[in-house]
Amino acid sequence: MKNPIESVGSTFIGLTNSVIGVLALFFNTICWIVLGPFRGKMASRQSVVWQMVFAGVQSLIIVFFISLFTGIVIAMQSAYQLKQLGAIVYVAPMVSISMARELGPVFTALVVAGRVGSAIAAELGTMKVSEQIEALETIALDPVRFLVVPRFIALVIMLPCLTILSDIIGILGGLIVGVFNLQINLYRYLTFSFDLLTLKDIYTGLFKSVVFGIVIAMVSCYVGLETRGGAEGVGKSTTLSVVISFILIVLFDCILTGLFYFSNI
Amino acid sequence: MKEKEVVIEIVDLHKSFGSRNILNGIDLEVYRGETFVIMGGSGCGKSTLLRHMIGNLKPDSGKVMLLGDEITHHYGAQLDEVRKKIGMSFQSSALFDSMTVGENVNLPLKEHTKLEKSVIDIMVTMKLELVGLRGFENLMPSELSGGMKKRVGLARAIAMDPQIIFYDEPTAGLDPIVASVVDKLIIDLSKKLAITSVVVTHDMKSVMAIADRIAMLYQGKVLEVGSPDEIRGSKNEMVQQFINGRFDGPIKFFQQKDNYLESLTQ
Repeated sequence: MKNPIESVGSTFIGLTNSVIGVLALFFNTICWIVLGPFRGKMASRQSVVWQMVFAGVQSLIIVFFISLFTGIVIAMQSAYQLKQLGAIVYVAPMVSISMARELGPVFTALVVAGRVGSAIAAELGTMKVSEQIEALETIALDPVRFLVVPRFIALVIMLPCLTILSDIIGILGGLIVGVFNLQINLYRYLTFSFDLLTLKDIYTGLFKSVVFGIVIAMVSCYVGLETRGGAEGVGKSTTLSVVISFILIVLFDCILTGLFYFSNI
Repeated sequence: MKEKEVVIEIVDLHKSFGSRNILNGIDLEVYRGETFVIMGGSGCGKSTLLRHMIGNLKPDSGKVMLLGDEITHHYGAQLDEVRKKIGMSFQSSALFDSMTVGENVNLPLKEHTKLEKSVIDIMVTMKLELVGLRGFENLMPSELSGGMKKRVGLARAIAMDPQIIFYDEPTAGLDPIVASVVDKLIIDLSKKLAITSVVVTHDMKSVMAIADRIAMLYQGKVLEVGSPDEIRGSKNEMVQQFINGRFDGPIKFFQQKDNYLESLTQ
């Protein structure tokens, strides 16, 4: 048995190594993306497109439903409060601003971390334990360039796209409640939605989603590539990638919100 | 007789994982064109040795010379240049399961050469013909049997016309007939293409069939190197026990008999 101090120490060392590992992988990935084209060693376009379809197009349905119902729920909950103040029309900006700033980017990222991040970790983990990663290295192909870069590019491009969609669908969900249940005039609802929504609300949300895309790609690729110990290891990696991605998404959301709205940037 | 050209030279190689010493000073030479077999019991370090030869593991001390380059301190692009001249067949075949058989074999060609697609297709067909799997280009690895996967892995390993092929347990997990097919392939490839082969295995039947020279490994050290006949006639008790597969002998399976009772009651 280890004594408590030892286990705290070894956990800390393990954590530090993982953080360094993820940062090194990030640096390596950026190097390949920036320098690759000059060396004539880009990621294959086919696999980038493939990953974009998987990460983006195939996430459309789940993002659609999550955003729609989120929008509906915010509208209903805020209507209940705002009715008491006689400010029922403010349901509209309530929904649009909270979708654009927070719920669109964060929910989309959480959905994609669960759907795509776990799949990446499982796929790379399986490749790792079945010697496929080693096989790639042996035929002189860098796993980072060949596997990580396409997934990274796909997530960093597709997550903001999905977020835009999520914002729109969420506003639509709020609109359904506003127009059909609260009897707000459609034109008035839309005007109120967009008049109070500033450009900053939208671009900070999109910036967040880019950061979340990087987080999901790096965490799931790193965890996948570090997989050890057969089928059980793959299962652990899959779970771990989702858990870490979720924590980091919420953490970065907190930090970025602080930076954008509670500091002088 | 002409002096034999050394293609792989290993000098005083040491490697340990944590507190376990895997390799304890290995010295080996492999000559061009020969089939060199590394044999030994499970866990004696033979796979680890193989991974040092292809640069996937770095030694704690000692050096590995591969085709005249010292790869001990090679990383990235430098190592890749050497790796383009070698092929490796993995124990688990390690085919990329998201790609078809054809894509698996043409991947190195597509990535490392500037050949036309039509030329690459012809080369892939040729490589698959060599392993007896022409016409299987469009199947996925999951649709193949274990022996077929091994052979596709072999076709991928020879795609770039390597100078050396490394085999990690080529016949493990195959039925005796398929195993002898793979043995025959290894012999054919080294004869037809004049390739140097390094084979790691503990399948004695296969060893005697394919080897020009054999190195016997035990506890991270080379016990003996010689031709199959020399190994068969070896005076070394451990070598004899291994090649005859005897239970009794100097190599003990149960290593810690004395403290068995202690460890039970602890």
